[in-house]
Amino acid sequence: MNEIPLSHILFISTALFFIGMYGFFTRRNMITILMSIELILNSVNINFVAFNKYLFPQNLDGVFFTIFIISIAAAEAAVAIAIIINLYRSLHSVDVNETSELKF
Amino acid sequence: MNIYPYISLIPLIPFIAFVLLGLFGRKYLNTLSGIIGTFALGVSAFLSLATAYQYFFVDGKVDGVFRQMIPLKYTWLQFSSNLSIDMGILLDPLSVMMLVVVTFVSLMVHIFSLGYMKGEERFATYYSFLSLFTFSMLGLVLSSNIFQIYMFWELVGVSSFLLIGFYFEKPSAVAAAKKAFIVTRFADLGFLIGILILSFHAETLDFQTLIARLTDPQSSQLLSITTASFLGVSMLTWGLVLVFAGGAGKSAMFPLHIWLPDAMEGPTPVSALIHAATMVVAGVFLVGRLFPVFVFDGAALIVVTYVGAFSALLAAIIACTQTDIKRVLAYSTMSQIGYMMFAMGVSGKGGEEGLGYMASMFHLFTHAFFKSLLFLGAGAVIHLVHSNDMKDMGGLRKYMPITHITFLIACLAIAGIPPFAGFFSKEEILLAAFHSNKLVFFVALFTSGLTAFYMFRLYFSIFWNKETKPHSDSHGEGPISMRIPLVILGAFALLAGFAPIAKLVTPDGREIETHIDVLFSLTPVLLAITGILLALRLYKKENDIADKIATAFGGFYRSAFKKFYIDELYLFVTHKIVFNLVGKPSAWIDKNIIDGMMNKLAEGTAKVSFEIKGLQSGKVQGYALYFFLGIMGLSALFIYILN
Amino acid sequence: MNLNLLILIPFITALVVLFCNGLKQVRTVALLGSGLQLILAFWLLYCFYEERSAGNVSQMVFEYTYQWFAPLHINFHIGVDGISIAMILLTAFVVIAGVLVSWSMDTLNKEFFFLLLFLSMGAYGFFMSLDLFTLFFFLEVAVIPKFLLIGIWGSGKKEYSAMKLALMLMGGSALVFVGLIGLYFNTNIDGFHSFDLLQISKMKIPLDAQMLFFPFAFIGFGIFTALFPFHTWVPDGHSSAPTAASMFLAGISMKLGGYGCLRVATYLMPDAAHAYSEIIILLSTIAIIYGAFATLMQTDLKYINAYSSISHCGFVLLGIGMLTQTSITGAVMQMVSHGLMTALFFAAIGMIYSRTHTRMVAHLGGLLKVMPFISSVFIIVGLCSLGLPGFSGFVAEMTIFIGSWQNPETLYRIATILACASIVVTAVYILRATGKAVLGPITDAHFNTLGDALWNEKLAAILLVGGIVAIGILPFWLNDLITPGSQQIILQTGQNILLK
Repeated sequence: MNEIPLSHILFISTALFFIGMYGFFTRRNMITILMSIELILNSVNINFVAFNKYLFPQNLDGVFFTIFIISIAAAEAAVAIAIIINLYRSLHSVDVNETSELKF
Repeated sequence: MNIYPYISLIPLIPFIAFVLLGLFGRKYLNTLSGIIGTFALGVSAFLSLATAYQYFFVDGKVDGVFRQMIPLKYTWLQFSSNLSIDMGILLDPLSVMMLVVVTFVSLMVHIFSLGYMKGEERFATYYSFLSLFTFSMLGLVLSSNIFQIYMFWELVGVSSFLLIGFYFEKPSAVAAAKKAFIVTRFADLGFLIGILILSFHAETLDFQTLIARLTDPQSSQLLSITTASFLGVSMLTWGLVLVFAGGAGKSAMFPLHIWLPDAMEGPTPVSALIHAATMVVAGVFLVGRLFPVFVFDGAALIVVTYVGAFSALLAAIIACTQTDIKRVLAYSTMSQIGYMMFAMGVSGKGGEEGLGYMASMFHLFTHAFFKSLLFLGAGAVIHLVHSNDMKDMGGLRKYMPITHITFLIACLAIAGIPPFAGFFSKEEILLAAFHSNKLVFFVALFTSGLTAFYMFRLYFSIFWNKETKPHSDSHGEGPISMRIPLVILGAFALLAGFAPIAKLVTPDGREIETHIDVLFSLTPVLLAITGILLALRLYKKENDIADKIATAFGGFYRSAFKKFYIDELYLFVTHKIVFNLVGKPSAWIDKNIIDGMMNKLAEGTAKVSFEIKGLQSGKVQGYALYFFLGIMGLSALFIYILN
Repeated sequence: MNLNLLILIPFITALVVLFCNGLKQVRTVALLGSGLQLILAFWLLYCFYEERSAGNVSQMVFEYTYQWFAPLHINFHIGVDGISIAMILLTAFVVIAGVLVSWSMDTLNKEFFFLLLFLSMGAYGFFMSLDLFTLFFFLEVAVIPKFLLIGIWGSGKKEYSAMKLALMLMGGSALVFVGLIGLYFNTNIDGFHSFDLLQISKMKIPLDAQMLFFPFAFIGFGIFTALFPFHTWVPDGHSSAPTAASMFLAGISMKLGGYGCLRVATYLMPDAAHAYSEIIILLSTIAIIYGAFATLMQTDLKYINAYSSISHCGFVLLGIGMLTQTSITGAVMQMVSHGLMTALFFAAIGMIYSRTHTRMVAHLGGLLKVMPFISSVFIIVGLCSLGLPGFSGFVAEMTIFIGSWQNPETLYRIATILACASIVVTAVYILRATGKAVLGPITDAHFNTLGDALWNEKLAAILLVGGIVAIGILPFWLNDLITPGSQQIILQTGQNILLK
């Protein structure tokens, strides 16, 4: 069985990246935005793993990086959700447009 | 005994008195301060007399010529290797004579003021100002350096300002003080620039060196100053004319004379000292100091001559119409100084031709006595009548006999009746003018007739004419301290004409033989007597002939009464032109255009930032979009363009 | 002597002030601190004379270097010559007088005195700096407190004025910084760039770099010293500031600029200074004349003094622009003289204002009768301002005139004559103000109830008058102090105008 070419995987990760991007820009719900960020991060993870496997199979740098990102993403999600909960407490909404205090 | 090192004490003692009285006088010394000031000046006067004796009769003369001596000199401020202001003492016949005149008149005024200013709240301040003035005037006459003279020149100006404005609660006194200071300051601008020109080319500020270099036809300095020219006039002439402008300002020569009549707002003894005998002759002194250079450059001397002659005539005409006795005296001062000026102008370098210089100094000497006497007499009159206007006076001879006699002596002296002091000096001036410039001679002759007329107009109006009674609370002629100076000065006005000035004060230091030519003297004396008789007819008794004559002259009389509208012209120039056309636009431009530019800049910045602040919307997704686009843009840049 | 003391003493005093309680403690500490500064300044003068008479002929004495940031060759480098000492003495006088006139400051006194002392530290540091970075550092230290001093304790439209002043001075320092960086990158000392003033002065900066960066440095510093047309912060800033801040502003800050123009712009870029001298002369002559005429029309005493400061500071720039040794000596003298004089002027105005509650000339009158001391001070400072012999103004102005006249070209001559003419206008506006406000009849009955100066005000005035008179009567010591420094600057320009 032939190996799946790298381009296929890159195609998926790019698609994932832009789906995340799209979600990030169009959604108003902060939880959804957070999910979109996770999608973007995961598309990067896929890239790392794929490049590692195809280009430098003898090294494990890409995999390490992926694990690193996953753990950071978890921390980030925790902080972000904490922020969102706090915002919800004060604004009674998770709409991102409501949080436009930080202007001018 | 060599007393020259002590000469520095002559100005310093009044200075110490000034500091002492200025700082502590008012609180601790009040009534004592008059005594202190007078005593200090007495010491100065004694020292100057000793100096004069020493210089004139013991060791001033070497080989029949009075030499210049510099007993003391300190470098005060070094500008560059050859330019420095030195504080020094220059002794020559001119400065020694001035020394005597200044200290003597000042002493008289100090004594007179003891009575005149008694009970004044700022008595100590008055004496400290007087001491300041005397200090500066003495420093001026002793100066060995042209910049030193400028410094004391300014100090004299400011002490005059302070004394004119002594009654500071009177707005007219303040205005007069300001006017005097500003007009002379304006003239001093000329003086300063003149100094800059002369010192730049002569490469020195020292009088002796400066005169030596600028009168030596071989010197490179003379070459540089005569070859350099501006508007076709050589720099030497420019420099001298500008220096003379300074002198004209202080000496109240036309057209810078407008401050002098107003300066009479000050206390009368001050007018006697500053505005009659000493400060106003500083201009003559200055020309005398630089006389060798003036003679060397004839053009500047011509200016001196005509300005002097014109001022003498103009002032005499105006004096005939004034009714304020101090103003009459002020114009007469201006007229007499005009005499001194043109006498300088018609003088030659030395020998017999130096008669004009000698006559000018002689007149300065005699004038100091009789004019301060006139002012002090007027002061005594004002003290009694409490008015300056001759309309309020008349018949005062009964109430103040001493004043009356001394005033009469002074009037005869100024009118040039022999054997009073003024006769001798005026004769020499007329003689000098006759020999060199006929036009000036006739002007002078006419003026001397006018002088006799207006002085006796004054005399008769005060002491004869209608009968007025002084106030019942009157104090007669005032205390003895007011009478003594009058008597002493009266004696001098009588006798000063016999002083051997011709032997002592000449341009080249050699004696001049003088003799009274009876035939020549006849004309001016007759003219003076005519003037006196005319005044006698018009003013001895109350009558209306004078008014009729005035009406007959019509416009001319009115314009002379209004001092030929020169004051109005100045007011127009300063208020309408300087203030409105220069001052106001400057202030407006600063406020609106220059500051406006700055404000507009700030507003512009604010506006731009207002416009672009919309980018900072607070919307997270918007920021992310900019970020994303930025990344895309940068990537494109690096991949496709910079690669 | 260790120059760091002069920086440390104000700093420590400022810190101690923060820990004090109540006005009494605060002002006592501030007075002690500023008194100590004055003593130190005189001690420095004494040590300087000792050092010179001991045969030390090096350009700068009491040098101290400490490496601040090695990779960029930034050093903390201080040292003094005669010019710096003259400026340090000036600062010490103004600081103690400023503390004395703020004796009864009632609002936020702790912060007020802290800022005053902090500012003085900046000034001392600036005048001693021999490293351009150090110099810039202290310049900023001396600028920022002013914003607060005016914004918090000021009067009138204080926010506007504070903002204007801060923005314009900051703009000035930004330009200065460009100039300094430009100099820095055009130096090459053993393959490295250097901020060191003495090292830069010994090497030749390329002409095109000089021509490019001289305007930045000169205009930048010029803004501090009211260079036309960047002078508009002066009237607003001075009139809104509290008395002590006005004194500091006119007495010290404006001198920072003049000193910078001299020490940095002219000294380090002499060829450009020559090339631009006509423009400098032009601008400074405009400032002198135009400032004087604009003063004629002012009605507020503080505005009168502020505009006259523009005119007087024009003399400083004129002296620098003329580039003769005498004129530069005169410029430094004028800085010292004007610093003392204008501080005294503002002090007198402040004393009058605090009693009569008006600064409008038209509303005042006859003050000599009710407050003889303050009025006498006012008259004295007025006379000094119009250049009366016996006061410092005369000495400084005449030195500048004599120096300028040595420059024989027509433009320079005309500029000198115009500058001379301005002293007549000065006499007019000073006498107008004095004649109306101090002399004449009393215009307002309630003036009769007002008291004369208190001991602290008297002491402040006497100190400043003493300084003015000391220079005016005995100018040679100041002249001898400054001349070697100005000679150094003229030597740097490579051509003495006298020889041209």
